[in-house]
Amino acid sequence: MSLRTDLGKIRGLGSAKEGVAHWWAQRLTAIALVPLMLWLVINIAHLAGADVKAVQAWIANPVTSVLLILMIVAVFHHMQLGLQVVIEDYVHTEWLKLASIIAVKFAAIALAATSLFAILKIAFAG
Amino acid sequence: MDTRERPLSPHLQVYKPQLTSTLSIMHRMTGVALAVGTLLLVWWLVAASLGGEAFTTIQTIIGSWFGRLILFGWTFALFYHLCNGIRHLFWDMGKGLDLPSAYRSGWIVIAAAIVLTVSGWVCGYHSMGAL
Repeated sequence: MSLRTDLGKIRGLGSAKEGVAHWWAQRLTAIALVPLMLWLVINIAHLAGADVKAVQAWIANPVTSVLLILMIVAVFHHMQLGLQVVIEDYVHTEWLKLASIIAVKFAAIALAATSLFAILKIAFAG
Repeated sequence: MDTRERPLSPHLQVYKPQLTSTLSIMHRMTGVALAVGTLLLVWWLVAASLGGEAFTTIQTIIGSWFGRLILFGWTFALFYHLCNGIRHLFWDMGKGLDLPSAYRSGWIVIAAAIVLTVSGWVCGYHSMGAL
């Protein structure tokens, strides 16, 4: 006999009250990042030693711009999910843990926004 | 009841380091290192959008021996985390969880990370005309 309530079963969020959302997002971004990072490294290796004009021309290419945007979103989402788990595992002072997680999440969004702005600026303003 | 002085498990210092545990902590360490490494990526993108002196500065820094060392470490961390991440995805599907498979996939991950890192750098030096 299960002691779980019918509502608890239907919600399926378990004792942590968050279900598998964090775990699932970590895996989804991981799968997306496999081809995106391979693509990025191959292209950056080809750009080794290139001047700024060549780098800007590469970023301004529509296919590159879109893939870079997807890569940045996936990277920073994956990063903050991962760092959150690391902080939760090692930081045991409650206020410091909370402050660190907030700082990581804010930093991830700020860095992603900065990167996206740089990509779009090159794509639209040259 | 006082719970402060109770022994905690696992006690890392009494375990012999094994391939599985070493690769596990390496996954975490490379993940944190890559998080720091994203700063370099953001800087590079911003410098490319600014052009001129900003881009020359980052290119000089990355082109120096120290910059190349950091970038080499970043490349290995990336490929290690990527390959071991794929290993984790197989585990998530319930595949390869037995001990012989975990060791075999562990060695494959190390080999793949090294091969991919070296290939990436050969490709980079090739496009610079150094090879």
